[in-house]
Amino acid sequence: MTGGLGVPSRRNALAGTGALALVLLVVAPLMLSDFRLALLGKFICFAIVAVGIGIAWGRGGMLTLGQGVFFGIGGYAMAMHLKLADAELNGGSGVPDFMLLYGDGTVPGWWEPFRSPLFTLLAVVALPALLATALGLAIFKRRIKGAYFAILSQAMVAAFVVLLVGQQQTTGGTNGLNGFRSFFGYSLSDPANRLTLYYLAAGILVAAVALSAALQRSRFGELLVATRDAEERVRFLGYDPALVKTVAFALAAALAGVAGALFVPIVGIISPADIGVVPSIVFIVGVAVGGRAGLFGPVLGAIGVAWAETSLSEAFPSFWSYFQGALLIAVIALLPGGAASLVDRLRERATSPRRGASSPPAAGAAGTPAPAAAASTPADRPAEEVHP
Amino acid sequence: MDVIGSQLVAGVSIGSVLLLVAIGLSLTFGQMGVINMAHGEFIMAGAYTAYVVQQILGDAGLSLLVALPVAFAVGGALGALLEQLLVRHMYHRPLDTLLATFGVSLVLQQLARDIFGAPAVDVRTPSWLQGNVEVLGTVVPWTRLFILGVVVVAVGGLALLLTTTALGRRIRAVVLNRQLAETSGISTRATDRLTFVIGSGLAGVAGVVLTLVGSTGPTLGTGYIVDAFLVVVAGGIGQIRGAVLAAFGLGLLQAFVELSTTASIAKFLILVIVVAFLQVRPQGLFTVRTRSLA
Repeated sequence: MTGGLGVPSRRNALAGTGALALVLLVVAPLMLSDFRLALLGKFICFAIVAVGIGIAWGRGGMLTLGQGVFFGIGGYAMAMHLKLADAELNGGSGVPDFMLLYGDGTVPGWWEPFRSPLFTLLAVVALPALLATALGLAIFKRRIKGAYFAILSQAMVAAFVVLLVGQQQTTGGTNGLNGFRSFFGYSLSDPANRLTLYYLAAGILVAAVALSAALQRSRFGELLVATRDAEERVRFLGYDPALVKTVAFALAAALAGVAGALFVPIVGIISPADIGVVPSIVFIVGVAVGGRAGLFGPVLGAIGVAWAETSLSEAFPSFWSYFQGALLIAVIALLPGGAASLVDRLRERATSPRRGASSPPAAGAAGTPAPAAAASTPADRPAEEVHP
Repeated sequence: MDVIGSQLVAGVSIGSVLLLVAIGLSLTFGQMGVINMAHGEFIMAGAYTAYVVQQILGDAGLSLLVALPVAFAVGGALGALLEQLLVRHMYHRPLDTLLATFGVSLVLQQLARDIFGAPAVDVRTPSWLQGNVEVLGTVVPWTRLFILGVVVVAVGGLALLLTTTALGRRIRAVVLNRQLAETSGISTRATDRLTFVIGSGLAGVAGVVLTLVGSTGPTLGTGYIVDAFLVVVAGGIGQIRGAVLAAFGLGLLQAFVELSTTASIAKFLILVIVVAFLQVRPQGLFTVRTRSLA
């Protein structure tokens, strides 16, 4: 497999997480304009989804093409709360503006619980996790896996979008929900509050990476990778692979839900176009490009691809689709471990003794004395090996 | 009775479209376990083939009949290219094939957008397919019957190919047991390539026919691909009759569920039903019994 377990040492994981926190929480706010920082905040939401995909797909082998559903549930839950809160804010009727426009002017019953901030925050995490658990148990217990799982998860997101679009009066249809004015009482037009929101997202991403690192080192993390590589053997050892996979899937779903909930106040809109079949696969693209099984690959890949999309499609609108397609094909076909495996490969080459160095046939063939060849070995080679 | 009749006709009509887009997929997925996400774009290529042929020939009726074999060739050629350049190298990584072919579909969609423009193009329906006919007390457009006819011919032809020809025997042998087929002297390489070409060609044919019932745009394929995959999953892989039953079953289900609720809720319920159905039969309707541990 790509790089075996790929578990970095505790020190490296800690250093990497620290560096990520430093860049996102200290360097970026100092260097970037408000506009760019808001963009980065959006990319951070994608990166939180990517951490979950890294766990479910990279380490669990479950190619989930339906993360848009969980992202959407988190997003819509938050958006519903913000709409309801806004409607109450201006001393108004408590009915969101678009419902007065398209609906019959009353708030449907299933919206009511989202008036409570506590319920909303709980729902953002719990609803995706519960749905993923139910679905995971139904699918994995019956040993449906691989391509079948991928197709079912994709069908799930397609059905979800159809449902959203069809219920225009209560979900905003293709327009989605937008025009939020406040976030738990804080005005969203105030730059200071927007900065706080960015810090919140960045902090949650760092926490998600730390969680992913802890998981990677745990028994559960080992079991997950074992299930990916040899499900039957795990079963024969007495574990239930279905449970292992369901837990990982639910965790990925919860992370996607949190990301969706952050996406709503940062970007200011959630609509079916953000969570459909194609966006759900695009979530995967960043993870694949960065390196699916590693700790930082998914995060850096997601931010990198989203950043490239924004800057490239500004300049060449149609070029981006070609580039994205070609990038995906090239990475999957030629570099399945993603950019992270490239780093590993380079490091391996740098730290391990050069393969050709033990027998210098080229030097010998050219008639050069052996000591000259030894002197030309790279500087990073340990000295005691050069002069035993 | 009227309602039941009309929903029956609607269901068969939906089912025939589903079957047409799924049958090629069922072949490539069943044969090789390869999920070709670009299948939808092959359908789209078939639809644009119909458009181009009509631009050249002018007459709507003649061009439709000419477009059918031409689109099969276009789809087949695209399939051959994809198999040769990409899929062939990734047979042991089916999930990665899915992602790589999604990359191909992104590229093909953008290509269509750059060549033909983002708005849908207009493909005229031949005069002899305009108008309606009454079936079971329901008014049915001739185009719908034409689609059903094409499906019957395509599926029947494929069934004949699989059961009576040497190539069909080889394909079935490879589906049943790849290693054993290889040791028996069958070139699995050549069989894979040909299967992929036939499956992709059928996608092209589906594209031509779909111009009769929908608009022809760059995202034509994306609209059908998810449903097509559901048909393949519910039908079970490696057998045509599974796909046939699943397509018409899902079509009828959709028509009758729509009766009591809206189309969007019907679509959602269908997914729930398919997942529930897979609880009972995780391998789909029909499975090929093999001795492999999978």
